[in-house]
Amino acid sequence: MASIDHAPPPFFKQGPAPLALLTFYILISLAVFVVDLRFRSLDLLRQSVALVVDPVQRVAQTPGSLVDYARNYLQGMQLLQRENDELRHAKLNTAPNLLRLEQLEAENERLRKLLVVKEREQARGQVAQILYTARDPFSRKVIVDKGQQSGIVAGQPAIDETGVVGQVTRVFPFSAEITLITDKDQAVPVQIVRTGQRSVVFGLGNGQLELRYMPANADVQIGDVLVTSGLDSIYLQGYPVAKVVSIEREGAYSFARILGAPIAGVENFGEVMILDPRQALPPPPPAAKGRGTDGSDKPGQRSKKKRATKEN
Amino acid sequence: MQPTFSSSRILLPVRPWFIYLSLIVALLLNFLPTSNWPAMPDWVALVLCFWGVREFRRVGMGWAFILGLLMDVADGAVLGQHCFAYVLLAYAAAAQSRRLLWFPVAQQALQVLPLLLLTQVIQVLMRLAVGADFPGWSYFAGPLIASLLWIPLTFILLLPQYQPVEQNPDRPI
Repeated sequence: MASIDHAPPPFFKQGPAPLALLTFYILISLAVFVVDLRFRSLDLLRQSVALVVDPVQRVAQTPGSLVDYARNYLQGMQLLQRENDELRHAKLNTAPNLLRLEQLEAENERLRKLLVVKEREQARGQVAQILYTARDPFSRKVIVDKGQQSGIVAGQPAIDETGVVGQVTRVFPFSAEITLITDKDQAVPVQIVRTGQRSVVFGLGNGQLELRYMPANADVQIGDVLVTSGLDSIYLQGYPVAKVVSIEREGAYSFARILGAPIAGVENFGEVMILDPRQALPPPPPAAKGRGTDGSDKPGQRSKKKRATKEN
Repeated sequence: MQPTFSSSRILLPVRPWFIYLSLIVALLLNFLPTSNWPAMPDWVALVLCFWGVREFRRVGMGWAFILGLLMDVADGAVLGQHCFAYVLLAYAAAAQSRRLLWFPVAQQALQVLPLLLLTQVIQVLMRLAVGADFPGWSYFAGPLIASLLWIPLTFILLLPQYQPVEQNPDRPI
């Protein structure tokens, strides 16, 4: 028991002054903050730190997932049987359409060839398990268990069995980060099924979506379903995104305030399907160059500025 | 060192591995899914503040910066957000250290509250400045709970340093 090994405080060699150190570290932090946010060029640093942090995080998630597993396991026969029955019913319900799908697609392909229209793209993808939600309270993101190893790249859309969930924004070696469509200013180009009108839907950050820049007299009704329009080169056409839940039309504003609820179980845990990137589109005309198609939130921010000036 | 400067009890020197272990446990606690619940304390900030007050020569701003970077990546936040807040926290804790330890533990907890609130406020300001939404007032409930936890935390983290109460009278200390 060496109770005298208190290191004596260093009287003469104390290193740099605390205030100098503080300034140094704060400057580094701020530089990192700005570079990461504006230029997105620190992904390598993030990936290498994630390589250390990721295993630890998975270990930390195990107790929770074990509890979930146990709860599922003990749920009992009856519930499973009922679920099974429901699924069989649902399968039978969709059978008439699904059985003919293959034949319809073949027919569609033939007709499109006759009309010399480009063939419809096939949807392919891989299933990924949602590991956990990112804890950042300022954004809505989830982490899934597939990453660079499975060939995931940033920009791929993610769907679940009912509709669009979000978009891959960052890829780590063994995991990827999906930004949900409800994240603030996350934009999805959509089309109203009933009228065919195209627009863009933005996340509000509180679990709702907003259809911006629709004129006050636009033909939108509560209950309208919005599907992806496929005009960006990211989402394929026709996936359900949101259902309109409220419309406020005020004479004072030139735009209607249209709110929608996401159709997919965006905030639920479970599995998602990460769709493969779409085939490359023909190069855009020169005027449209420099507009990012990587799904960054630039369009949202730009339009926000526009809106701010309008409100002034 | 003493538990507080006014105490007559003398502590054993801290073992470096225990500091590292406590910081790693704090990181693990932050990684648990429970930290999505409202008003959960930021364990790393709390433990960092504790060692910043007690052992500012060992746990300084360098450690705060590295822990901040780990938290940023783990949270999916913007890099540098936790770094900034933790570095300031470590600095403030070191600056307060000599004054803080004169108080009884309950009053220490009261004085730690502003430091922990500061780390949250800085993070909110940084994110609001770049266009995020306000996350709600429950975001600031974490530090309240954390400062209450200062009392049991002091006991637990000083436990390996306490000497047995019945001592050999032949020993000088």
